[in-house]
Amino acid sequence: MNCTDLLSHLSDYFDDQLTIELREEISEHTAGCQHCRVVLNTTHQTIEVYKGNEIYEVSPGLRERLHSAIMAKCLAVKKQA
Amino acid sequence: MPAIQSPATEEVHPDVALVARAKEGDTAAFEQLVRQYERQIFRVAQHITQNREDAEDITQDAFLKAYEKLEQFQGNSKFSTWLVRIAVNESLMRLRKRKTSKTVSMDEDVQTDEGSIPRDFAEWRPNPEQQYNQAELAEILRKTIQGLPPGFRTVFTLRDVENLSTEETAEALGLSVPAVKSRLLRARLQLRERLSRYFRQKQEGQPA
Ligand SMILES: [Zn+2]
Repeated sequence: MNCTDLLSHLSDYFDDQLTIELREEISEHTAGCQHCRVVLNTTHQTIEVYKGNEIYEVSPGLRERLHSAIMAKCLAVKKQA
Repeated sequence: MPAIQSPATEEVHPDVALVARAKEGDTAAFEQLVRQYERQIFRVAQHITQNREDAEDITQDAFLKAYEKLEQFQGNSKFSTWLVRIAVNESLMRLRKRKTSKTVSMDEDVQTDEGSIPRDFAEWRPNPEQQYNQAELAEILRKTIQGLPPGFRTVFTLRDVENLSTEETAEALGLSVPAVKSRLLRARLQLRERLSRYFRQKQEGQPA
């Protein structure tokens, strides 16, 4: 496995879609390749940091407003029907 | 790979009953579906449009559309996936209307490999959470994902932020599974590259 191969398998690696053989090949490659090791680690951190931090917070006030507006629109349609 | 057959346990999603009741005119059942997904739909719309007011409008319109078209929902996919698909379409339409955005389809703007080839090879140390407080971190994450083309940003949002499966993401976006995978890889790599500017380990002797 070379660096380009590793990159092409990267998403499947994180999504746990790889065969055991391919996972082992990736481990072997990263053991000897500092660049790929960093790319693997930091891509993993990229995914985790977005998963772990809600960047568009929905405040209770906003949620209540949204919810009322949605239901009002739907009920208005229902009445017309 | 050995084929491991999972036993055919058909688990019925709790939404199925709610949708059936809603179809029969049970407003409370529909309202429960709204409660379950309103935050997610808002987040998706905000991620795609990058605009809070648009996201509010889109969330309302998406649920209204779902309500009006409920009869057409056949249950071939999850209700939530169907809903996300409506919200994505509404969001892309909204982007198209905005003059500032050049390209806004799921197919355009994703031809380039620019930024998908790793160039930054520094570890992130200490962790992003240790380097920045929560507000700063959220700001960095927002700014960074905003710089991604909509076609990448949307795939990343559904798959990695909202935790849809690859298949559900494909369905919600009207894309093939390979297309989703290819975009997701490039989106992840581009975000990694851009975030490295903030999170990369500082060289010794270099001011932080
Ligand atoms: Zn390598």
